[in-house]
Amino acid sequence: MAEYDEHQHDVLVIGAGGAGLRAAVEAAAAGASVGIVCKSLLGKAHTVMAEGGVAAAIGNVDERDNWKVHFADTMRGGAYLNNWRMAELHAKEAPARVKELEAWGAVFDRTADGRILQRNFGGHRYPRLAHVGDRTGLEMIRTLQDRVIYERVDVFMEFTIVELIRDGDRVVGAFGYDREKGGFHLFRCKALVLATGGIGRAYKITSNSWEYTGDGIALACRAGAELRDMECVQFHPTGMVWPPSVAGILVTEAVRGEGGVLRNKLGRRFLFDDIPPLYRNQTADNEEEGWRYTQGDKSARRPPELLTRDHVARCIVREVREGRGSPHGGVYLDIAWIKEKIPNAEEHIKRKLPSMYHQFKKFADLDITKEPMEVGPTTHYLNGGIKVDGDTQMTTVPGLFAAGECAGGLHGANRLGGNSLSDLLVFGQRAGQFAAQFAKENSAGHVDPEQVRQIARRAVAVFERGHATRGESPYALQRELQETMQELVGIVRTEDEMRRALEKIQSLKERAARVEIDGNRMYNPAWHTAIDLGNLLIVSEAVCRSALERKESRGAHFRVDYPDKDERFGKVNMVTRLGRDGAMEVRMEPIPEMPAELRQIIEEMK
Amino acid sequence: MSSSATFRIWRGDAQAGEFRDFQVEISEGMVVLDAVHQIQAHQANDLAVRWNCKAGKCGSCSAEINGFPRLMCMTRLNDLPLNRPVTIQPLRTFPVLKDLVTDVSWNFRVKKTIKRFNPRPPDARDGTWRMAQADVERIQEFRKCIECFLCQDVCHVLREHHLMDEFAGPRSYVYAAALEMHPLDTENRLADLKDRHGIGYCNITKCCTKVCPEEIHITDNAIIPLKERVVDQHYDPLAMLLGKLFSGSRGQAKTRP
Repeated sequence: MAEYDEHQHDVLVIGAGGAGLRAAVEAAAAGASVGIVCKSLLGKAHTVMAEGGVAAAIGNVDERDNWKVHFADTMRGGAYLNNWRMAELHAKEAPARVKELEAWGAVFDRTADGRILQRNFGGHRYPRLAHVGDRTGLEMIRTLQDRVIYERVDVFMEFTIVELIRDGDRVVGAFGYDREKGGFHLFRCKALVLATGGIGRAYKITSNSWEYTGDGIALACRAGAELRDMECVQFHPTGMVWPPSVAGILVTEAVRGEGGVLRNKLGRRFLFDDIPPLYRNQTADNEEEGWRYTQGDKSARRPPELLTRDHVARCIVREVREGRGSPHGGVYLDIAWIKEKIPNAEEHIKRKLPSMYHQFKKFADLDITKEPMEVGPTTHYLNGGIKVDGDTQMTTVPGLFAAGECAGGLHGANRLGGNSLSDLLVFGQRAGQFAAQFAKENSAGHVDPEQVRQIARRAVAVFERGHATRGESPYALQRELQETMQELVGIVRTEDEMRRALEKIQSLKERAARVEIDGNRMYNPAWHTAIDLGNLLIVSEAVCRSALERKESRGAHFRVDYPDKDERFGKVNMVTRLGRDGAMEVRMEPIPEMPAELRQIIEEMK
Repeated sequence: MSSSATFRIWRGDAQAGEFRDFQVEISEGMVVLDAVHQIQAHQANDLAVRWNCKAGKCGSCSAEINGFPRLMCMTRLNDLPLNRPVTIQPLRTFPVLKDLVTDVSWNFRVKKTIKRFNPRPPDARDGTWRMAQADVERIQEFRKCIECFLCQDVCHVLREHHLMDEFAGPRSYVYAAALEMHPLDTENRLADLKDRHGIGYCNITKCCTKVCPEEIHITDNAIIPLKERVVDQHYDPLAMLLGKLFSGSRGQAKTRP
């Protein structure tokens, strides 16, 4: 039964979004033979949907910007749960990584003197996001994809990895299948980079595509790696809420960066009513000042719409719960109003936000240059993820690296917009470099055929079940999980609800063992969904268990039963792992002491 | 607005297949991909379909809807006549793998045969370049391409004549145009476009432009300017004469309008 094709590489990369592609480019440049495996076609990964821009303190628009300011902004945004070493490296290296893309063919929007233009975004003190209209992610993934195809990199499109293979503690390969025929494949490698993105599909309302089922995180977990900050799930404040079939699709923060404002049904800009103390000094206290900031007035402070995502999302939830929402359960996001301020506003909006114009026109019959949009929070990003070393991106398992959204640390409790695209460049590059180095320093490990046989058997068990038990539908189980996480482990959390979610996850695990599907192994989405479901259950449990332990509110993690920050929890990260008996364990790990020079930067920027 | 509609979906593989009818409850704002997902969840769990973002940004869910090449995620049901079955079938130009999924790998292979980006030396000491917004906007139009391959599907040179070995297709010309018109690029792809990529086969019927979900003016802005450059370089009588006289590398020089 366990027939399979074999492939061998120095470095195997799983995932072909920005981080995976960047890692592959780097590892190949270091002389490694590289394979890259992705669930979809090349260039379709979720990076393609990133809109607003990539954060890098290049200082082209405001020369006061530099890595120190970016570092301090990132730490403040993350409520200081961040891996400070990653935040430091990220701020220092992002400019070089962005400029390098230009050498590879990317074309960012320009300043008047022909340099890379940068725009405002939430939580960034200065205009910092290099961008291409509102399709920056497409520009980046295409640039990286068009680089990879000319390198010595084998691309395996529409392949799914079901398990990592270990030799002792070390990872030495991966096992999976191709979607087209359903055939098995064994990938041997000396080092492996996970770049599989996030977990958005654990929730019902999400901006994420179907691929976001936490595969890499679950694979790492089952291979013995540790996870961190899994309770910190980012809900983006502005997703579409109407019509139902597009609920959750992202409305870029760039709308607010360009002067868009949030109002409740009474027409009030409600964010002015609740500005957190940490941000009071940097936030405008009147509408006029906020507008001047978006138009580049360096003496003005930013409008409260550009506060961090966790805060804006919670304020929207409050407005809706207290009866001040829009007809379909959101609030209003208005960019059309800028026609009171600038000539040719209609053209300006279409040029700066073309995809948003297109998206609302097409899906909601709404012209954003004339009317306000209805928006509400949508599950967007996992701030936490696989625990890695800040410099090398190696996980707690030798030979296993992780980069991009599936890795945790850079963003702490809450990510700033634009910091994900720079994250995947900076740490994709580092993961590729150190994986190639690991491959040079280590010989190929041993692959145990019995381990492979067992993995293969588990992967196809779903086809071999008799009809004695009542079969479960993988789609229905995924839907139930999504509803559970949405209702019980969403933006606002309580002990009681999360306990109920855990019970539900436990029963879903048992039912997942009874999944039954039609057809054969050839391009069978029911099979794929059944495999994804196992991963979603692991990451959902990690989110729940970490969230239960963090008995405070911080960043993206908000508990009504503990609504305030608690100093004691500010000093620790929640670390989860699977114990020897397969049960998930959570422990609090103290955050390492920050070096004096970094501490000083944070003090100076307060 | 609760009512139902019939979807007539092609099911099968490379050997054989047939249309099958499915009834789906429809609700406000639904797109064709929503209907396909409902069918998957409740009626045919192994129905094969490619999709990712469901927001018109990734170009995965290409199919022929009522005979017209479109993205399933961007086709709203209220734009279709629902008093008769909505037919959904795989892209006809590419080999079927299963149901609505086709083998589009040729598109990825042909891309690799187009010479890669090759920039001029940096303009500034810090290794960066200067470009005008107007110049980048011209190629940003081409870089909007989401590689849905609907233009390749509809192009008769590929669809009717299957000239995959001689003709690279509209998507490839958009890629080549983005490189040729890139303000920093120094490579010359014109000889390849003429000989290897068969741009001469295009007789500018503009079918590709009509189906482009990104509204790229493929024919007018990409293919025609490339054709003109090929003509300028390879069929200019004066250049040909000079080329014969000096048999140097003039024909290889990059021309810019």
